[in-house]
Amino acid sequence: MTTRSRRWFLRLGAAWSAALVACRSKTAPPGAEPRALGAPVSAYGSRSRFDKAARRVFTNTRVPLEEAASGTPLHDNYGIITPSSLHFERHHSGVPEIDPATHTLTIHGLVDRPLVFTIDELKRLPSVSRIHFLECSGNSLSQWRGGGSPGFDVQQIHGLTSCSEWTGVPVSLLLRECAVDPRATWMLAEGADACKMTRSIPMTKVMDDALVVYAQNGEPLRPEQGYPLRLLLPGWEGNSNVKWLRRLKAMDQPAMSREETSKYTDLMPDGTARQFTFDMEAKSIITRPSGGDTLSGPGLYEITGVAWSGRGTIARVEITIDDGATWTPAELQTPVLPRAHTRFRWRWQWDGRDAVIASRCTDDTGYTQPPLADLIAIRGRNSMYHNNGIQMWKVAADGTITNANRA
Amino acid sequence: MPTVRSVAIALFVVTQGISPAITAAQSPTYGVGRAPTPSELKAIDIDVTPDGKGLPRGRGTAVEGKEVYTHRCETCHGPTGKEGPQDVVAGGQGSLASPAPQKTVGSYWPYATTLWDYINRAMPFEHPSTLTADEVYATTAYLLFLNGIVGEREELNETTLPAIKMPNRSGFTPDPRPDVRTPLKKKDRPPNENW
Repeated sequence: MTTRSRRWFLRLGAAWSAALVACRSKTAPPGAEPRALGAPVSAYGSRSRFDKAARRVFTNTRVPLEEAASGTPLHDNYGIITPSSLHFERHHSGVPEIDPATHTLTIHGLVDRPLVFTIDELKRLPSVSRIHFLECSGNSLSQWRGGGSPGFDVQQIHGLTSCSEWTGVPVSLLLRECAVDPRATWMLAEGADACKMTRSIPMTKVMDDALVVYAQNGEPLRPEQGYPLRLLLPGWEGNSNVKWLRRLKAMDQPAMSREETSKYTDLMPDGTARQFTFDMEAKSIITRPSGGDTLSGPGLYEITGVAWSGRGTIARVEITIDDGATWTPAELQTPVLPRAHTRFRWRWQWDGRDAVIASRCTDDTGYTQPPLADLIAIRGRNSMYHNNGIQMWKVAADGTITNANRA
Repeated sequence: MPTVRSVAIALFVVTQGISPAITAAQSPTYGVGRAPTPSELKAIDIDVTPDGKGLPRGRGTAVEGKEVYTHRCETCHGPTGKEGPQDVVAGGQGSLASPAPQKTVGSYWPYATTLWDYINRAMPFEHPSTLTADEVYATTAYLLFLNGIVGEREELNETTLPAIKMPNRSGFTPDPRPDVRTPLKKKDRPPNENW
């Protein structure tokens, strides 16, 4: 189990039960009248010591921690913005410590005017802020092989997705400044981490909506998210959003780097592999209540979660409480933004009997999130990446909730 | 800014080997940033493409690479490249369509140049970019030898390396998604699985 608090649901469930079905929760004694002086003002705020939500570090004996991942506690998040401290991580050779005063971005290759920019110079250029999710294409990896154990919770299964407001400069602006050659069809992006992590990006995407970003949620990027500069490709697999960005090279072919050949490719049952599978397809998850929660008794519970699509905007989220037999629309919390987490809510009157609950979403391209079994029927069990299957949670009569995915 | 512009054009010609005749580009809008110096570009422009562009002069054989591998690679990748504990780099050919596929250099990697590029930029894991160009050629040769792709004394250099055809060179396809339409037809759905 994680360290995160499960008392939230018990507490809230109890309160709602008291209000709505007049049941058996105890009334807390009134607190003492506050008299002691509080803490003074401070230079940089921190959360309450009572709040314990934390990333879950995924470890096994094989992978060094510099090459590991940690997942966002989706269960403990509200709204659509992931606190920067809780944004998921996946590194390939650790988090470098980079002095922004010495870091530069070099743009070269098939351009007429190669240019080097300091971070200060980038901040002088016209900027944009956009709210976008980032999801590791290896998120929900366990779902390809059996759906994960019943004890798996939402953070463990799906924690490699987060959503932030990002601020930076359109790469198209920088490329115009460099006078990019029309023969450039690909753009190599390279990080300043120890492995110089490298991906090739089609120029169409680069010119469409790619950003180099220096800020996240109103402050400079966190080191784990690429401080002082990263590439942001809205809706595309996390790995292609190169962190600690030091170089962009306009090219007439992909570099065929290690990450885009031997790693982030999707192996099919016939032994061929799909390459340059960048889009993160539409996906939704019920985050509360979810695996590991215990409902305190029959009554009203708000079902909530997040939905997102790398191809556009969430058009619809539906909820089932009867194992997929019937689906009813959930309420979408505005703003509903393209390529961003979208918060959904649905009021559930639990009758106290066994139930299987799930969400599924549809984006504005008309694409609907598929059942896990349908994904596996097409792609087999060895494709590792891009699993966007429906997540089911089993609610038992005693209120306990477990992962019901099985495939 | 004629000075900056002429430097930029000169650099462009040097780095790309393309005639300055086509560089009649629009002038910059913002005038922010500066041209990199040739030595700055040389230091950072490390990528190698499948056609061999970016490979420095150098050479190495599997016999020489075995020395490097034993001292710098074996702890993580095993005595024959198959033992781990980190990525298995040898074997696995013919396994990709099986229930337990092994994605190794020999079974999966489509380009030998990728191997050179990755060893050069990222290996050894804890001490990347500490191998000489010759050592990278030699280590690449040894890994290809372990996979039965080159002979033990076959020399790899900037000409022979990009000419190698990897066994899984044609194993990759473009992204066909969206590939799963909901609901699937009944005949496409696996039996006894939920939904």
